[in-house]
Amino acid sequence: MILAITSAEAKYVAAAYGVVFLAILVYVLIIALKLARLEREVGELADRLRDRPAVEAKRREKVTVG
Amino acid sequence: MAAVAALAAVLVSAAVALIFFYVPTDADQGFSQRIFYLHVPVALTAYACFGWGAWKALRHLWKREPGADLESYVAIHQGVIFGTLTLVTGSLWAKISWGHWWLWSESQLVLFLVLFLFYGAYFMLRYSVEPGPARANMCAVYALFGVVLIPISFLAIRLANQLIHPVVFTLQGPQMAGSMFLTFCVSLAGMLALAATLYNVELAGKRLDARLRELRELLA
Repeated sequence: MILAITSAEAKYVAAAYGVVFLAILVYVLIIALKLARLEREVGELADRLRDRPAVEAKRREKVTVG
Repeated sequence: MAAVAALAAVLVSAAVALIFFYVPTDADQGFSQRIFYLHVPVALTAYACFGWGAWKALRHLWKREPGADLESYVAIHQGVIFGTLTLVTGSLWAKISWGHWWLWSESQLVLFLVLFLFYGAYFMLRYSVEPGPARANMCAVYALFGVVLIPISFLAIRLANQLIHPVVFTLQGPQMAGSMFLTFCVSLAGMLALAATLYNVELAGKRLDARLRELRELLA
């Protein structure tokens, strides 16, 4: 039950809870950005691996055997 | 990790509902006492994170447990985040209750600040040394030294005589009504579950980052 709430008290309580909520939100945002970067890097590495056989094939020169 | 995250969501939601719709208003402090259900669990979570960081540091030095250095670092990072929130919510509560944002005469406040700054400096040490076994050892020793400050900070309030910082948990048990204690316990459990979730998410990100770096070097 909420009794005798002065506006100043409510403001400070709201500020305390708001700060914690905001901090968690910012933290999750930072983690989400980091995960997006990691996903991009995984994609880049996968592309490099996919292109690798083609590059290797180009590098090979034809030589006569025997 | 998903189970811990779901538990954190349920417990934090339940705690917020209990704080604003169930628990009675404190006769002495009024509505502002509701900060207690946030401030104290956040502070205890910060202590738990620092303690976990020190435990992992000990595991690194003692058993050479692989990954313990990274786990110690992530736990201390979490501790610093929860420590910052402790200082901010504590200052807001102090302002409305005592009329001051901060009191240097309060040993509990000052000791918590010392603990916070000590672990804040951990990052300065970590990022001023090249990555490798030497850095891991130095950081582990530093993290272990800091753990000594936790009981001092926690007990300061009980050892000092003239304090205006309230003492709720005494040797006679919690000095509050049953409904208040229940709300506090739910809030503490929620905060610990939240910290565990954030710890696991950050740790998974760091491990993935390290693996990717390794893979990039192998492909170069």
